[in-house]
Amino acid sequence: MTDLAIRALDGVPTTTGPMVDQIAFPERTAYKALVESLKGSGFEMCSDLCGIDYLDHMTRSLPDGVTPERFEVVVNLLSLSAKRRVRIRVQVPETAPVVDSLFEVYPGTEAMEREAFDLFGIQFTGHPDLSRILMPEEWEGHPLRKDYGSGRIPVQFKEAPGPR
Amino acid sequence: MSAYQNEDEVRSVERPAWSTKETSEGSQELRRRTDTPSDELGRESGAVLQMPDGRVLDPSQIDVDRPDDETMIINMGPQHPSTHGVLRLMLELDGEVVLRTKPVIGYLHTGMEKTAEELTYVQGSTNVTRMDYLSQMHNEAVFSLATEALLGVDIPDRATWIRTLMLELNRMGSHLMWMATNGMDLGSTSMMIYGFREREMVMSFFEKTTGLRFNNNYIRPGGVAADLPDGWEDDVLVICDTVLERSYEYDDLLTGQPIFRERTEAVGGLTAEEALALSVTGPLLRSTGVPWDLRRTMPYLAYDKLDFDVIVGTYGDNFDRYSIRLNEIRESAKMLRQLVEGMPSGDYRVQDAKVTPPPRARIDSSMEALIHHFKIFTEGFKVPEGEVYCAIESPRGELGCYLASDGGAKPYRMHIRGPSFVNLQVLPLLLRGGLLSDAVAVISSVDPVMGEVDR
Repeated sequence: MTDLAIRALDGVPTTTGPMVDQIAFPERTAYKALVESLKGSGFEMCSDLCGIDYLDHMTRSLPDGVTPERFEVVVNLLSLSAKRRVRIRVQVPETAPVVDSLFEVYPGTEAMEREAFDLFGIQFTGHPDLSRILMPEEWEGHPLRKDYGSGRIPVQFKEAPGPR
Repeated sequence: MSAYQNEDEVRSVERPAWSTKETSEGSQELRRRTDTPSDELGRESGAVLQMPDGRVLDPSQIDVDRPDDETMIINMGPQHPSTHGVLRLMLELDGEVVLRTKPVIGYLHTGMEKTAEELTYVQGSTNVTRMDYLSQMHNEAVFSLATEALLGVDIPDRATWIRTLMLELNRMGSHLMWMATNGMDLGSTSMMIYGFREREMVMSFFEKTTGLRFNNNYIRPGGVAADLPDGWEDDVLVICDTVLERSYEYDDLLTGQPIFRERTEAVGGLTAEEALALSVTGPLLRSTGVPWDLRRTMPYLAYDKLDFDVIVGTYGDNFDRYSIRLNEIRESAKMLRQLVEGMPSGDYRVQDAKVTPPPRARIDSSMEALIHHFKIFTEGFKVPEGEVYCAIESPRGELGCYLASDGGAKPYRMHIRGPSFVNLQVLPLLLRGGLLSDAVAVISSVDPVMGEVDR
């Protein structure tokens, strides 16, 4: 890790894991500022952003000082110059699944945030076009949530003809 | 007769109000300028980011008041032959010039990430291999590497080298397929025939080794499914020789051909800053001059033992992307020779009773082996709690797998970072200001595989 990156992560609970240098758990309010300062410290690219629903696994291990919430937004940043990866896991509560959009920092997160919104119902404030990306636009519910039973709903087809 | 008598009743069951209230979030389609908010307009016109050199397109500078009779919104796809599957583009045109673009995707979405949560780790590779169907082996490899990182098992050398061999063969096949379709999109139907012909050799080798041409399920957590067949060295060397020799024929056919150059040079230009901002990886990023190839920069499998060059471009245009892929075919041939020479002997899968089924011969004589075999294929093996993001270089860019385990035999969450999905975001930028006829060439040079985009 570069000195700048270490300073950016100062005060944020972190752990380490396989194939990553640091995993940081910022507060939801400090999330965008942390990503911005990491970008300033050499993490040029946001390689991945995805959501995860921990409804059935609330007892997951987290570092001290992090309150588990139902949803997490997981961001993988990549530094091409230092050949490092850092992962950010931000806790998103079930009652208000809203986080800041990273679109202004990394425009490449546009489609990824739309996907997380589509499949988990996590809303990103500041996103230019938060519409469904994989599911049809009038679909109800968010399929990757754990309480969305697979196979429970008959398959919908957009403007499908009625029975003949 | 449906099991559900009343569909509305089923849909609203046990769904609290806050989870459904935000379902209608507006149109996925491209709307008229006057109906589009300015930041969305900027996005569709290819605005990237406020950069120091001010190359950015400021959304407020876009001419919103342009009358509708000057521009036209047209629909390209999802059944258009040059969109390589079911990509749908909505384009706003002024005459023949593209002003705005919006890719509309999801036509091939089958919920594979949800399916992955229902399958054990043993079954998981059958699922991921169907995502990017042109580089199946890469999908299997990234899933297996992520699982093994959570399990903490070390893979025997031979398994690692066999995996590397299959990945490079697959890269060669995928790039040949790209050469074929790119040639077809630009009007060179001979290239299409040649590309498919050469790729068939790779496919035949896959069939001989794994039993299937596609969706091989060959690379599995713990190693590979079977050892290489007898005489595999000769097969691989013949593929190398033939493809390498014919790659110089492609030079005659395309590289020096004036019409081809005219259609690719200085079309769809991309800069390094834009590529990094949009998270673009693979040949698209390398075409802008950034020497970023995970095989070299963050080596996995046996790539740190191989001698190869990372091909980079200069201008980031279609021609650079073409030459990068053509030269990567040659680099793959170079690597395959080294893999044939250096292939170590040993096991092709880890002899860890936890993840590896017993040999077939032992099942006939040993009760324990039979039970063990049965348990692995019904319950699967348990993976310790944790989460990991593993990334490899697929022919299209960084292919990542984010795997979270709750300690059970099925992934708690499996997310694939598809390079095509992310790379598609550059289309508004690459197409802006270009001609509609170049759109076909640009889409082709991005090389999206819709199975991976929609998952």
